Amino acid sequence: MSGSDFRALLPLFVIAGTAVLTMLTIAFRRSHLLTLSVTLTGLALSFASLWIAAAVIPRQVTTLLIIDQYALFYLGLIIGATLVVALLSYGYFEKQNGHPDEMYLLLLLAVLGAGVLVVSNHFVSFLLGLETLSAALYTLSAYPQQGKLPLEAGIKYLILGASSAAFLIFGMALIYAQLGSMEFTHLQLAMTSGGSLDQALVLAGLALIITGIGFKLALVPFHLWTADVYEGAPAPVTAFLATVSKGSVFALLVRFFHLTGAIQAPVVLLVLGIIAVFSMIAGNVLGMLQENVKRILGYSSIAHMGYLMVAFLAAGELGGQAAAFYLVTYIITILGAFGVVSVVSGTDREAGTLDDFRGLFWREPGLGVIFTLMLLSLAGIPLTAGFIGKFYIIAAGASSATWGLIIALVLTSVLGLFYYLRVIVAIYDLAPAAVATGISRLRRPSLSERYVLAALTVTLLWVGVYPAPILKLVAAAVKSLA
Amino acid sequence: MILICLIAILILGGLLSWFTGRRSNLWPRCISLAFLGVDLILSLMLWSRDASQVKLLPALAPKAWIEEVDWTWVPQLGIHLHLALDGLSLLLVVLSIILGIAAVLASWKEIGEGVGFFHFNLMWILAGILGVFLSVDLFLFYFSWEMMLIPMYFLISIWGHERRVYAAVKFFIFTQTSGLLMLLGILALYFIHHHLTGVYSFEYADLVGTPLSAKVGLPIMLAFFVAFAVKLPVVPLHTWLPDAHTQAPTAGSIILAGLLLKTGAYGMLRFVVPLFPDAAHQFTPIAMILGVVGILYGAVLALGQTDLKRLVAYTSVSHLGFVLLGIFAWNEWALQGAMMAMICHGISTGALFLIVGQIQERSHTREIDRLGGLWATVPRLSGAGLFFAAASMGLPGLGDFVGEFLVLVGTYQQHIALAVMAAVGILTSTFYGLRFVQGAFHGPNSNQWKLPDLNPREASVVVPMAAILLWLGLYPQPVLNTFKPAMQRLEEYAGRSSAVRAHASDSARNEPPTAARNLQEINHER
Repeated sequence: MSGSDFRALLPLFVIAGTAVLTMLTIAFRRSHLLTLSVTLTGLALSFASLWIAAAVIPRQVTTLLIIDQYALFYLGLIIGATLVVALLSYGYFEKQNGHPDEMYLLLLLAVLGAGVLVVSNHFVSFLLGLETLSAALYTLSAYPQQGKLPLEAGIKYLILGASSAAFLIFGMALIYAQLGSMEFTHLQLAMTSGGSLDQALVLAGLALIITGIGFKLALVPFHLWTADVYEGAPAPVTAFLATVSKGSVFALLVRFFHLTGAIQAPVVLLVLGIIAVFSMIAGNVLGMLQENVKRILGYSSIAHMGYLMVAFLAAGELGGQAAAFYLVTYIITILGAFGVVSVVSGTDREAGTLDDFRGLFWREPGLGVIFTLMLLSLAGIPLTAGFIGKFYIIAAGASSATWGLIIALVLTSVLGLFYYLRVIVAIYDLAPAAVATGISRLRRPSLSERYVLAALTVTLLWVGVYPAPILKLVAAAVKSLA
Repeated sequence: MILICLIAILILGGLLSWFTGRRSNLWPRCISLAFLGVDLILSLMLWSRDASQVKLLPALAPKAWIEEVDWTWVPQLGIHLHLALDGLSLLLVVLSIILGIAAVLASWKEIGEGVGFFHFNLMWILAGILGVFLSVDLFLFYFSWEMMLIPMYFLISIWGHERRVYAAVKFFIFTQTSGLLMLLGILALYFIHHHLTGVYSFEYADLVGTPLSAKVGLPIMLAFFVAFAVKLPVVPLHTWLPDAHTQAPTAGSIILAGLLLKTGAYGMLRFVVPLFPDAAHQFTPIAMILGVVGILYGAVLALGQTDLKRLVAYTSVSHLGFVLLGIFAWNEWALQGAMMAMICHGISTGALFLIVGQIQERSHTREIDRLGGLWATVPRLSGAGLFFAAASMGLPGLGDFVGEFLVLVGTYQQHIALAVMAAVGILTSTFYGLRFVQGAFHGPNSNQWKLPDLNPREASVVVPMAAILLWLGLYPQPVLNTFKPAMQRLEEYAGRSSAVRAHASDSARNEPPTAARNLQEINHER
């Protein structure tokens, strides 16, 4: 491994090193604040080292990993999101009894796995990254010891996740049996040349891989775990799951289909199109039936992954840009939304039901406004980042004339409005009873949480009003993929 | 630059109102009033500047924008922060600010909770509306179009009456869905334009004249039309309106009826016909029939209401039918009539909602059956009610008459039968207008109402609005003068080679007296 290889992989090395360091810190001294500081420093250093890596890109490191502009863009995104999650976790776990320290260790492991996913262009690194990420997430989603819900969420996620991994491996095996190679780029030759290969087996392999990825992204019909896990897992963990985990898998999905050229196969297009449409329908329709805010966000995430697939399926550079941009806006928004949920949660239990949020605006105007903005961004209303994201997706769809998908998106996103508005109505309920009830022992948001939420809100509005710089970044990243 | 200021002042005023709202309830009210006052002065300055230019260079070729500002916003997508003002926008901007002031004064006592946030929403709605009237970049237009919805939603759902949440959600879903359709239309146009020219642009001036085949043009035009038709409202899409108007607080009703509906009409005038002249021409018969249906349907339903606010709400459906009719008749008379009808409807219906709001504030009911005989106890309020009801009925000498009369003249040249039916609509308006006055103010005071009469603050809103209606009814020339160059440009953009145009322009050129002069003669004769 040469020096340049080392530099290219530096962000990942830093994260791995931080994980070890955190483990040692915990062994010697249990201090929540200290563990958090080590984690934050490590993540910040890793983020900074993206610029060191940027000097040597694009670079293929061994046959497994590739570091290019695209990888760095997503690395930046997931490291940034993890920083936010770590800060939110501090406030959230500080009030709980038990040992919050290992949480950060798992967080670092998970982000390491996500980072590997983002830079992989080989089945082996794909699987390694995915499993590192998942193994950490299983534990994370059941992290707080008290209560049944987190445990249920963890077990459900574990069982379903393990079986989906099995599908994935089987799919890879099928393709490997035909191809004799596990590199993404080699699959492209197989797809185009055909020849001696058994196309049916390759397609079957692809289908199984789509199943595995679909599970991680919670696309219909692999979405059954979503609402339960979203509801059961602690709010910061749900935020991590919804942003870093899904973001990195999506980044891999795009790279995989791009490098293998599988996206050009009409069957694949059709299947993914159907998956996208059903995700949008199921997410939005089921979301309307929910009473719990975390479940609502869970179903909304299914729909949003459907929107993301629409962008992904829109051919051309605009489609790739739209997907990447949408992911950025989605990550900002979801972090903000779960941030508020995490802050509003009482010391005894999590905020979940609509009643917990009733009259929030009149009790805590700041939190109320932030949550409203996040929900509006999810609904795609102007001034927020979500609007530009949605606009971009529709534009991408229109440019490649995938009208069916676009119209499905427009119609189902109107359904989505219903449940976002329900939450907003609750937030602004003026009835005195509503203002008084809700979670009685509301804990004051800590300083770090205030800053994090304020920063997310500012970013949300900034991207919503002046998206040009982010668009430039996204365009460069997507270009490097080609 | 002054255009950016107009909007920025409102945005800033809204934020300030919100922040000061924690201290006291008086601050937000005063701040909103002061900022709107500044905006009013700015807009009147623009108008007087324009008026003097019109006087100097009468009837010249339509000139470019009176005022414009163009900044790059998102260069990757060809999006500009491009605001521009012509006569059409100018009149609507002035109307918006006047009604904004009326709305602030109307909610002085009505709103007691969350005053700061209320005024924030009010100011931001107005900012969004000004954005709609001033944008000539289609992305910016859509942005503003959507931006005004959320504060309006809050206004209804937080400070509204009994069924506020239902009404607010219905309003939001209707407008949002149709808005998304329009977005699809905008994007389709954008990509077709790019396909033809290789340039990504949302500019109105660039997109006008994009050649569209009938197969493509009609669906895109319909996407725009539906968005505007929901707002206007055109009859099958109007069902959100009675709920929203009735449930909104007084200020909300004033803004909804006076301004939000006008954004639909504005969109038809500015975008539907000029961007898609052929498709619009194809669609004209249907649109005109829908207009007449709206006139009659709204009037008949207004007649059947027992809730005063609902009654006034349905009259809006009827009045805006005239506007739709006028826009699609698309000749000089009809367009000028539509413009006048828009402005006068804004003032007169806004004022009617104000009166109903004041009645409700005092008596806590809007039911006609529970009211009656108010004239004895609140003579000034009742007199004002009579005045605005008369305006709404289309009494000659008041503004509404001018607008509807001109629309009828214009329509008559296109289609006699439709004009006749629309005229019947004016007749029905007498019935509901009289029902309003008789039910609320006349008759025996069977419930023994003893209520306070108009106080100076309320009078300070009502009297100027009455004066404006009187002025527009007797001397509408300044408004028509301001509108004329803008109208000529719209006609030029639409560039219709069809029979409609030949017909309209021939008759316009052969008979030098303009519509306005025609009308003055009629007024004189009377």
